[in-house]
Amino acid sequence: MAFRFPVEASHIMMFARSVGDKNPLYYDDEYAAGTEVGHILPPPTFYQSSAQFNPDYFLRPKIDEPWFGSGKAPTGVDPSAGGGGGTGLHAEQHFEYHQPVKPGDVLTVETKPGESWEKQGRRGGKLIFNESITEYRNQDGELVVTARSVGVQTEKVVEQD
Amino acid sequence: MALKASDLAVGSTYDETIVDNLTRTQLVQYAGTSGDYNPLHTDEVFAKEVAGYPTVFAHGMCTMGMTGKALTNWVGDGRLTKYGVRFKAQVWPGDTLKATAEVTELREEGGVHYADITVSTVNQDGTEVIQGSATARLDP
Repeated sequence: MAFRFPVEASHIMMFARSVGDKNPLYYDDEYAAGTEVGHILPPPTFYQSSAQFNPDYFLRPKIDEPWFGSGKAPTGVDPSAGGGGGTGLHAEQHFEYHQPVKPGDVLTVETKPGESWEKQGRRGGKLIFNESITEYRNQDGELVVTARSVGVQTEKVVEQD
Repeated sequence: MALKASDLAVGSTYDETIVDNLTRTQLVQYAGTSGDYNPLHTDEVFAKEVAGYPTVFAHGMCTMGMTGKALTNWVGDGRLTKYGVRFKAQVWPGDTLKATAEVTELREEGGVHYADITVSTVNQDGTEVIQGSATARLDP
């Protein structure tokens, strides 16, 4: 299902701070105007923040719904419903940049499933990999970024070496 | 400032310390901006008592973002055409990470110069946490 991702200057500024990047291209309009790019540009991995605008994103608390993080108890959901300690983790992430993006653009984000495969892991038991492909198109219909994400589901908690 | 193809050779490298003593507060910042509020990354009680980890750990995408900073500091703004990584090991509060990028190929397509680059980010113990690759458009 596609959703809209408005690209906003303050979001870009805060995102750059959160990855420790002090490049003025990410927050200073006047500086950016004098660069080759010519405008504020999102950092290379900013596009994943489209999750903020995905109405169904499962890793964001939903108002009036139980949250699986801690409150009075270590988790807000019934722990007996858990999957035996297995965890979903991010295995790979790839971006291709086709066109520059700037504040004011409104991207349409559409994710499609890719391939799935299994592997025997050293530390986490059987590993199940799922790929997804996300296309970001701007308000003119141009493909600006393509992302490929691979998630891995482990049967048990990843042991520490 | 962007890199010039004429200043590079296969094997040219760049490295940068991308975080020194990663804080839990930075993970809170990253959760807030990325929208990934998985409590594994910010909620010590959940991470230890429910998920069974020693403490919270960084979003892979936070480490990818910090590694991306090293790449853009090297190749210049708006010059990446591709950037991808594999997440090799978890990153924990207190970690200090260094990213090292290396040119593996220089090529020209339709009169435009490109560098293919590998990038590796390691922690203070030398454990690789990210292994990736990128392509950058260069000045001649």
